[in-house]
Amino acid sequence: MRVLEMNHVKKSFDNETIHVLRDISLHVDEGEVVAIIGPSGSGKSTLLRCATLLTQMDSGDLIYTGTYAARDEGGRSVYAEKKILKEIRACFGLVFQNFNLFPHYSVLKNLTDPQISVLGRKKAEAEKKARELLAKMGLEDKADAYPCQLSGGQQQRVAIARALAMEPKILFFDEPTSALDPELTGEILKVIRALAEEHMTMVIVTHEMAFARDVADRVIFMDGGVIVEEGAPEDVISNPKEERTRQFLSRFSAE
Amino acid sequence: MTIQTMLQELSRGFLTTLSIFFFTLLGSLPLGLVVNLCRSCRIAPLRWLTKIYISIMRGTPLMLQLMVVYFGPNLIFGISTPSNWRSMAVIVAFVINYAAYFAEIYRGGIESISLGQYEAAQVLGYSRAQTYGKIILPQMIKRVLPPVTNEVITLVKDTSLASVIGVVEMFTRARQIAVAPHSPGMLTFAAAAVFYYVFNYVVAFVMERIEKALDYYR
Ligand SMILES: Nc1ncnc2c1ncn2[C@@H]1O[C@H](COP(=O)(O)OP(=O)(O)OP(=O)(O)O)[C@@H](O)[C@H]1O
Ligand SMILES: [Mg+2]
Repeated sequence: MRVLEMNHVKKSFDNETIHVLRDISLHVDEGEVVAIIGPSGSGKSTLLRCATLLTQMDSGDLIYTGTYAARDEGGRSVYAEKKILKEIRACFGLVFQNFNLFPHYSVLKNLTDPQISVLGRKKAEAEKKARELLAKMGLEDKADAYPCQLSGGQQQRVAIARALAMEPKILFFDEPTSALDPELTGEILKVIRALAEEHMTMVIVTHEMAFARDVADRVIFMDGGVIVEEGAPEDVISNPKEERTRQFLSRFSAE
Repeated sequence: MTIQTMLQELSRGFLTTLSIFFFTLLGSLPLGLVVNLCRSCRIAPLRWLTKIYISIMRGTPLMLQLMVVYFGPNLIFGISTPSNWRSMAVIVAFVINYAAYFAEIYRGGIESISLGQYEAAQVLGYSRAQTYGKIILPQMIKRVLPPVTNEVITLVKDTSLASVIGVVEMFTRARQIAVAPHSPGMLTFAAAAVFYYVFNYVVAFVMERIEKALDYYR
């Protein structure tokens, strides 16, 4: 099943003076793990923000499991009505670079409140789900802690658990390890890897090339607002066809 | 007049001071929220009106505002005000004045909350009202407590301005007593100062307690 489809997405800022996305098309199938790589400013975050309805696209389609969140009508994206967008928001989750946990809620409440307030789950059910996920993240003893009492890596695991508690069909990650000390990066990558093994559908923006090659079914290389190269990780990362991809990757292998 | 009677009289004035203080906070703390919402709402004329209101409240003396609220309805609009208008006017004037200041403080608090909080809530599917009520407002309250405390302490002292429309709160009473024949004179003012000081001390203590209670997160 096709979980996400984006067709001919364009996005510019400041009265069309800065073109950040120039005609991007991509799709993600159920169970697929897609890694997006590319230099800073290439539009990776903007693409995720468009996909998660945080930013409005200028033109193009945005489709989740066959339902149009936005449809291109004469070169303009026309968004669906509120009720449909609400349903669509339940389809996806997003893990931010800097976690964005709710600091005034305990870890447990960070996980239960969205389930109760948005999905209308009963408190007991939400708590059961939350504790299961915390255990899975190795954080069962942190349920009553507050985010400020956790390390960055622990906070990010809570953020992943919070997103998973909503049972999204697809989970987006925007550089989930970039705000972390190098020694904490591993624990997050491990969690994402475990999710990939369970065939969670994921789109991951990352600068961790080795990780992308290992975990992704498909790698997309973006530069200057376009998809330059796309394919199996063995091809794109180990054997790039395009000169721009090679240039970008050479910076990593040089390290 | 004995010192004891003086203190009794002052205490009666203090009750008036206390009720101005209490009702002002009761009205202006929530009204400030409404004002703050209006200032950033989608209806442009309401936004402008709110901004004008805030700038007038902050740009003119509270004493003048008290007079306008008290005398205005009758002098400007020819409305005959009810007999208890004096005590109502003082609360109305204080509430609308302090609401403007609180709205400004709230704005600062809300602006200091990172965009990421809104975005996380939006992606999780919270409605606008839920985002505001569950995520933004509670964090805002913690952040604005120190400036709100300052404002509340100013209010304790500002209550004395009510005398300008003839409300006999503690300070007015102290002035009346001090000039009366055979009164304890300056001692009256000293006693009034002690009242204000102790009151502010209690206010500061309570506010500190609230701040402590919200210390469980950063
Ligand atoms: N709200 C905005 N207004 C104006 N310009 C913006 C806005 N958001 C992003 N941009 C610009 O769009 C370009 C792409 O930004 P984006 O954050 O998508 O890049 P990125 O690929 O995620 O980069 P990084 O690897 O540094 O995170 C940048 O040049 C940025 O300055
Ligand atoms: Mg980015």
